[in-house]
Formats: sequence, C-alpha cells, structure tokens
Amino acid sequence: MNAQMKTGILVASLVVVAVVASFAKRSDVYLLTLYCVYLMATFGLNLTVGYAGQMSLGQAAFFGIGAYVAAIALKAGVPFLLVLPISAIACFVVGLALGFPALRVQHHYLAFATLGFNVLVYLVMRNEEKLTGGTFGISGIPRPSLFGVSFDGPLAFFFFTFVSLIILAFFLWWLLRSPWGRAFAALRDNPIRAESLGVNITAYTLLAFAIGAACAGIGGVYYASLVEFIEPGPFHFSTSLTMLLAVIVGGSGRFFGPVIGTIIIILLPELLRSTNVSWLKFMQTWYLAVFGVAVVALMIWLPGGILSIGDRFKSKEVAK
Amino acid sequence: MANEKIIEFDKVVAGYSPSLTILNETTLDARKAEITLLIGPNGAGKSTVLKTLFGMLVPRAGEIRFEGKRINGRTPRELLAEGIAFVPQGRNLFGSLSVRHNLELGGITLPRGELGGRIEEALTRFPRIKERIDNQASTMSGGEQKQLEIARAMLLRPRVILIDEPSIGLSPKLVQEVMTLLRTLADGGTTVLMVEQNVRTALKYANRALVLEMGRLALDRPASELLHDPNLNRLFLGGHVKTA
Repeated sequence: MNAQMKTGILVASLVVVAVVASFAKRSDVYLLTLYCVYLMATFGLNLTVGYAGQMSLGQAAFFGIGAYVAAIALKAGVPFLLVLPISAIACFVVGLALGFPALRVQHHYLAFATLGFNVLVYLVMRNEEKLTGGTFGISGIPRPSLFGVSFDGPLAFFFFTFVSLIILAFFLWWLLRSPWGRAFAALRDNPIRAESLGVNITAYTLLAFAIGAACAGIGGVYYASLVEFIEPGPFHFSTSLTMLLAVIVGGSGRFFGPVIGTIIIILLPELLRSTNVSWLKFMQTWYLAVFGVAVVALMIWLPGGILSIGDRFKSKEVAK
Repeated sequence: MANEKIIEFDKVVAGYSPSLTILNETTLDARKAEITLLIGPNGAGKSTVLKTLFGMLVPRAGEIRFEGKRINGRTPRELLAEGIAFVPQGRNLFGSLSVRHNLELGGITLPRGELGGRIEEALTRFPRIKERIDNQASTMSGGEQKQLEIARAMLLRPRVILIDEPSIGLSPKLVQEVMTLLRTLADGGTTVLMVEQNVRTALKYANRALVLEMGRLALDRPASELLHDPNLNRLFLGGHVKTA
C-alpha cells in the first residue's frame, strides 16, 4: 500500500467518523467524545511505552492532573485556550520528575515506581478536599467557548475534541518521524548503542515521560469539560492499566495501535453491553466476561497487538 | 605528523564496580593515522580500554589524554563532539529502523542543516549502503551491517574510531572487506583503535599491536613483526609474555 492510498484511507475514516457522529444518538456522541479523550492519553502512553520503551503505570495520574487543573482553572474563569497549555505544561513538568526513576530502574521495577506515583496522586485527589473537593469532586465545569462560538452542545463538543485530537495526532506523527522519534526508538532498542551514537539518554528518557504525560494532561482537560464533574475514581491506577491495555492490544510502538486499542477498551464493552442483536442478547449481562476472554485470547494469539496481524501473516509466508 | 600520539592512557585504573578492577594502571597509546590493534586473552581488559576511553566507564585513577588534553570523565556525547567515535561489539544497528534512519541517528548531534550533506558523503563512500538506503537495517547481510555501522560512526568525521571486534559473526571474505575499509580510513588520516580476536587477519592490516594481560600492557610491537612471531598463538591464548 503506497503513501497516497494510506492517506486516502485515513481521510475517509475521519470523514466516516464525523458523519456517523453527526447522525448518532446523544449517548453515542458522548461515547465517541470519550473515545477521543482517552485516545489523547493512550497516544501519549504509546510514545512513552511503545516508542521509547519506558514502562509506565501512571498515565491515569496525568490524566487526572490535567482534569483537576482544568476543572479548577475553568471554574475560576480562566479561558480554555489558556487552561490547555497550563495543564499540558503542568503534566510535562510532573512527567519530567516521574522520568527520574526510569534513569535508575527499568521494566517491572519501573512499572511499580510509576504505579506508586499513580496511587500517590489518587490519594492527593481524594484527601486534599480544599483543593480537589475530595470524594465529592468538582462539579459545574464549563465547556469551552472560543471566539464567540460555544461548544456546549454534545455534538459541538465532539467536533471540538475530534479536531483537537487530529491536531495532537499530527504533532505526534511529526515528532516520531523527526530525529527525536529515531532517538526514542534507539532508546527502546538499546540504550548503550544509542549512547555510543551521542543520543542523550537522560534527556530522551525524561522527555519520553514528559511528552506522554502532557498528552494525558491534554486528554484530562477535555475529559473534565466532557463530563462536567470530576472526582478521583476515574484516575485510579486501574485506569492506567486500562490505558496500557489499549496500547498493547492495539500494537505497542505502532502509531495507529492506540486508535484500535482504545476502540477495544472504550467502545467494545459498550457495544457489547448495548447490543440489540437477538442472538447476542446474552452480552448485556456477560459483556465484561466476554471482553476479558477476548483480551486473553488476543494476547495469546497476537502478543504484538492487533496491528501486528500483517507481520504474522508475512512471517508465515516467509517460513513457507 | 605521523607517529604522533593521539590517544594516551597513563596508569589508568578502571572497572565495572569498586571490587572488580579490570584496568590495572594501564599505560598505552595509539598513534595518528595508524591502526592500533589491542589483543590478549579474554578478561585482559581490551574492551574495557575502549569503553573507558569513550566515557562509558569512569577511570578511578590515572589519566586519559586525547591530543594531549585530559578527557577523564567526559561523556560519550562530549567525546563524539571532540572527534572520537565508537563502534561497540556485536550488531549495533537498530534493526527496526531503515538504513537511512540508522544513518540519521549517527548524526543526531549534528546541526540539521549539515546532516543531509554528511549522509550523501557517507553514501558516496559506501555505495553498497546507498543501494539499500530505504531497506530495513535488519535485512542487510552481516558485512553490509558492519559497513553501515562504520559509515554511521564516520558521519561525524571523527579523528579517532574505536572499534570492538568488527569481525564477529562475519564470513572470512566479509572480514577482509571490513579490514580493508579500516585500512583505507587509516590511510586517509583516521586513527583506528581496534580490539579483535581474529588476530592473524587483523595483524595484516594493523600498524601496531598491543598485547594486554590482566589489565596491563604486556607487549607493544609492530604488527608485521608480531604476525611472524612463532609464539603468537601462545600470546593470544594467554600464555605469559616474555618481554625480553
């Protein structure tokens, strides 16, 4: 498939999503917006885990930091266009700090260090009531209004989020094709080799965390505006696990991996739960069990994620 | 000036932990536009010399000099900027990336405007790599991969190239090709400091051979002289070196 065909398919897919959303029910528009929001965070996690090879179980913490910064700032009347960079920068800085353990430990040790960070952030959200509202959360978060155009309605907010997601994806696409992207790949494949070529291992390790965190923070801003009420629950470390699952199921280190993976974790359970197909009615009660079995089966047969299916066929052909 | 000492180790002590000392007051040098071959039995400290020189290990004592300047404790990035490049042991390419992207990584410390020109220069020098430029690096043959590693190291126009066992995993024909390439680089003014287990072949291309034993320099002889030494096998396999 040449580049023109790929671009054509991509543009057609975006148009299809936009058309489907335009005619969808309110609840489905909400679900599609939630998908876009989570995809921002999983795109960032894919950069940290898939491209730079740094394990992270703390992405939900950044998602939460972005959401809380946005909630507090938006309620204080700070314009959305200012809130967005403030949240992204806040998460970038905290992400840089979280990157420091990665300079000392790797793999499952790093996973536990980042998981500990997520637990810590969750406790702050739950217990620092004056700032975060504790378990009661923060309600009445306004949706953005830019240059006199309000994005308060579900469809308007969907398109606003959708366009923002496309801009973020283009930025990440450019980044991963720049020398920075090669340096991230070198860091993942072999840090010692990378260092022998002059790749600044310290800087790129920290940047991998910081950029991934900033993406989650941006996702958090849109999440706060989408749900209009936030409390610590959605930022529990189990959400970090779900985000990591999205990256791995889709295809870690593949640009479109999170696009597929996030469909699996956000849209698939809802589709199974709300199916009206008669012979699939049992899904309404069993959807989580079916989802779990599907993920287990997928990890056994396609450990490289859904997008690795092409490679699997190719390697079988070569073996023949 | 030929025979000018470009790299000097002066009583360098280094190792992988405080309790594991590999280089025991090692004193040696490499001269400009020559291939200096480091040989010795396993554990003698050959690769450790290269890693310490390239800043991947910090010497605990002694002094390392490059063109007369002390370079102890410099980072690999700083040493690349000074003009020292390192090709580590084994396969050093990033197999998931294309040949072009591997080359681009070699020039990651260069200003972006310069990188394109340097890559073209490397492709002119290594026409076989040019033919494979858009291929995935892992699909190249062993010899091509080693050529690409050397081309990548040469992107920064280093004055010194450190190369650790370039013949590993290569067929005898490809080993000859790689050695010829290193000889050409040295004849063009680049200093080569090489660790190699394939001693007989490497000696044919080297100017000097330094034999290391237990982290100390045991012998410093012209390569051609050592090549015809009847005790060569014993030296290489770790027999005691008689310096007299």
